Amino acid sequence: MKKEELIAQLKVIIKPYTTNTEAFDNLTEDTDFINDLSINSANLVDIVLDIEETFNIIIEDTDMQRMLDVKTAVEIIETKLSEK
Amino acid sequence: MELTNIIAKLPYTKPFLFVDELLHADENGVSGTYTFNEDLDFYKGHFKDNPVTPGVILTETMAQIGMVCLGIYLLGNNFNKETVIAFTSADMQFLKPVYPNEKVTVTSQKSFFRFGKLKCDVIMKNEAGQEVCKGILAGMITTKL
Repeated sequence: MKKEELIAQLKVIIKPYTTNTEAFDNLTEDTDFINDLSINSANLVDIVLDIEETFNIIIEDTDMQRMLDVKTAVEIIETKLSEK
Repeated sequence: MELTNIIAKLPYTKPFLFVDELLHADENGVSGTYTFNEDLDFYKGHFKDNPVTPGVILTETMAQIGMVCLGIYLLGNNFNKETVIAFTSADMQFLKPVYPNEKVTVTSQKSFFRFGKLKCDVIMKNEAGQEVCKGILAGMITTKL
């Protein structure tokens, strides 16, 4: 899967959990979930669970702790998909 | 874990402890009871000359019994001074009024507990066994937020 495609799928997952539409519309790889998108830790868990379901992967606790921005999320998803 | 141990570990006290007794706890859920004593302060104002238990208090009772007690059970020995508890969402329906001196039974069913987030389906019944409220509650119970 291309990175752009992956980010597009990620945006669909993130959308219901952010109230900051401007930061969401301008989402890039550098977008931080907590600081830019105003997503709290509880909703970050929901996003990670949705990622698991959408991509059919399992995210470990250690991955979850690093998954704070789009770039890291993409990197973790790509790694998990390549292991399948 | 002993059920009375779970109550002893709750981070609440009067006038904001809404758990009297835990009836059961396992990996998938808990049940417990609370009696709304007529002397509780909020009855003086909700409503004027017409005391009815506020929905926020019913929600809090369901969260303390159904979610926090379950979280303490699930964390076991990992629950300690460093543990942070935060209520993060509630999707509730209030079906019947709860009056002073009513005893309610709360039953929760774990939906998931992952990455520190506990989500449960929770039901509250009155002494007649009627559902008085139900909902989906979630919170963080973890060492850091």
